[in-house]
Amino acid sequence: MKIKLFYFARLKESLKYSTEDIVLADGAWTILKLKALLAQRGDVWGHMLMGKLKVRAAINHELVHDNAPIADGDEVAFFPPVTGG
Amino acid sequence: MTVRVQIEDFDAGFEIRQLRYARKDVGAVVSFIGQVRDINEGDAVAELTLEHYPGMTEKSLNAIITQAKARWNIMDVLIIHRVGTLQPGDQIVLVAVSGAHRGEAFAACEFVMDCLKTEAPFWKKELTQSGERWVEAKAADDDAKERWNK
Repeated sequence: MKIKLFYFARLKESLKYSTEDIVLADGAWTILKLKALLAQRGDVWGHMLMGKLKVRAAINHELVHDNAPIADGDEVAFFPPVTGG
Repeated sequence: MTVRVQIEDFDAGFEIRQLRYARKDVGAVVSFIGQVRDINEGDAVAELTLEHYPGMTEKSLNAIITQAKARWNIMDVLIIHRVGTLQPGDQIVLVAVSGAHRGEAFAACEFVMDCLKTEAPFWKKELTQSGERWVEAKAADDDAKERWNK
């Protein structure tokens, strides 16, 4: 299945990606599984997505937990805890 | 309800008047303005840059207003949040709530700000003498939001 990914703030800066389209192998995908897959891209990816830093995730503009399922065509975003206001 | 995410500054007086004049049964308008401080964590701040997640931001702010309206007997809610690069003293955010009486308007305004701080996808980066740094989320903001769940 195909999904669209977005990265924001510290993640965007460190990963040097703001958005990308990726194809995931058939099967059941969750936020945690996706993070683990992306973490394999290298040290920075592992550090930013699976390290000590807190990472929030959204699917189709809704905040979700690590065990949230990902479906074909979803827009998934990773970002640090928010600091607006 | 109105949600605006914009680079431009806003006129809080004008916005509050709009809420006041919208209906004759409005008895109270409560508002909050957040502005850029020239100091954070003990360091002088020269500039603050706000990034957001277009699409999700507006959706998140609208969802917060919907929750406030379901919880309190209020009439209207306005949220304006700026993005881009701001200077100390610049306005960042305006939340204004109109209602028949002050009690529910006060509560709803505080609720909207507490939710905005912890849920709306904005991120601050500040420029200090030692360079740029991302502002860290504060546990106190999570606590402020959490007390509405009790």
